[in-house]
Amino acid sequence: MDDLLLLDKVERYLRNEMNEVEKTEFELLRNNNPDIDQLVVDQHAFLNQLEKYGQQKEMKHLLHQTHSRLLEQNLISPAAAPAKPATVIEFWKRYKRTIAVAASIAGVTALSISAAMQLFAPKASQGYLQNLSKKVNALENRQNAQNQKINQLITSPNSKIPETEQLSAGTSFLIDGDGYLATNFHVINEASTLVVVNNGHEYIAKTVYTDVTNDLAILKIEDKDWKSVSHLPYGIRKNNADLGEELFTLGYPRNTIVYNRGYLSAGTGYNDDSLSIQLSISANPGNSGGPVLDKNGNIIGILSTRDRQSDAVVFATKAVNINKAIEEMRKNTEFKDLQIPSKTSIRNMDRVDQIKKLQDCVFMVKAY
Amino acid sequence: MKEYSKERKLLQGLALNDSRDIDTIYRENFGLVQTFITQNNGTFDDARDVFQEAMLVLYEKSKDPEFSLTCQIKTYLYSICRRLWLKRLQQQNRYSHPVEGFEDLVPVEEEIEAKEKLDNDFDTMENAMRNLGEPCKSLLEAFYIQKKQMVDIADEFGYTNADNAKNQKYKCLMRLKKLFFAQYSK
Repeated sequence: MDDLLLLDKVERYLRNEMNEVEKTEFELLRNNNPDIDQLVVDQHAFLNQLEKYGQQKEMKHLLHQTHSRLLEQNLISPAAAPAKPATVIEFWKRYKRTIAVAASIAGVTALSISAAMQLFAPKASQGYLQNLSKKVNALENRQNAQNQKINQLITSPNSKIPETEQLSAGTSFLIDGDGYLATNFHVINEASTLVVVNNGHEYIAKTVYTDVTNDLAILKIEDKDWKSVSHLPYGIRKNNADLGEELFTLGYPRNTIVYNRGYLSAGTGYNDDSLSIQLSISANPGNSGGPVLDKNGNIIGILSTRDRQSDAVVFATKAVNINKAIEEMRKNTEFKDLQIPSKTSIRNMDRVDQIKKLQDCVFMVKAY
Repeated sequence: MKEYSKERKLLQGLALNDSRDIDTIYRENFGLVQTFITQNNGTFDDARDVFQEAMLVLYEKSKDPEFSLTCQIKTYLYSICRRLWLKRLQQQNRYSHPVEGFEDLVPVEEEIEAKEKLDNDFDTMENAMRNLGEPCKSLLEAFYIQKKQMVDIADEFGYTNADNAKNQKYKCLMRLKKLFFAQYSK
């Protein structure tokens, strides 16, 4: 058979251009002749190849045209590859859901952490230093007020505690047997009424002197129930305590008196303040205004603040400030008899006995 | 779903050589590839070449009735371009760790392999066509590629009738076949 004629038949067969009779005839031929069968297969594959080649060529041409056209219309440009921000936008578009979820989780986490911090961290008030006076929250106040009412009804019908909100609580100690007490200024700041408590006895007191710079205040008990103390067991030390010297304190972080001991860790206070000292001692809100004593029973300072960022770093106002305050007060005739003890009488006692003597002179201060 | 059907429509248009759809695909995806390539030791022209190669892969896929894109066109094109370009850099020993954004990637190994075969076939056919010479080349292109009618071809090429043109065409085709397969047997 003529090659060209055969090829034509194959092509017409592949294109489905044969009529039924022709097609049956050709298929029979194909069946009986493996060479022709092979030719059909080859031709089919090759024509496909050719067609694909043509399409690719056409598409390449179209793409080139498109490229030139877009370039002309400035829709693409060699300079316009700054897609850095575009990448960020893409990133944002793609992940905004994820980011939103992550952000809310982060938000919730942050909130819970700060909530947890609020719960577990020491009470916040000013900067890195925390006053050791006890700020009393509203809940406690209400509870106290209720307790007071109950007390009034049941036990002490004439309690001195006013029915207003308690602002803060701290510690104070006698510096003169006639009812003069030293404490921190921040304990009594803004208070309208002061009640000092010792061993269950409440006494009304008032502020008679303040020294804001040194965070010092002198109170006077003005209460008919008050009986003067003839002799104070401790003295006020005039010289500075030495580094490493053992110290102890008494105070009211709770409603009962609490003893703690430590040592002098620095001769100056926060930010090198030479009017105070640094102690390593355990102290809590409520300890503010408490006496810091050396092992012989001499007062060397008044416990005032602690470092929020460090553990057991506590600052105390130097006792010399009390002396200065008293000298200042004596200029006023009203206080000319103010007498501050200079000698300790508990020098050679063991600590337990010292405390027994001391605790009658250390008062809780409640500021209203 | 709207996005999905829009992309399917674009692919259908691409398969039919619709220039509007080609424009859209080109415009919406070239920038990303351009950024990637120019940030990785390439030029604007490199980006053009690589992007058009990827478009050809997508074009072949779009004609396949079995094919359905399982990701965005953007992701698909970007993945292919990235792979092609990194391969090219490697061949030129200019490869370094790629600088890129946060684009999604899909595996395109099969596409890259298929593309190599396609390129190879294309080059072989182009060689064969070139060696075939005129008027055989144009005659075959007119009939097999441009799908012109034999009568018109006869008229265009100056044959006295369609049968003569047809006979000539078969002769040309047989020569082309020989030239084509000769390259494989080398």
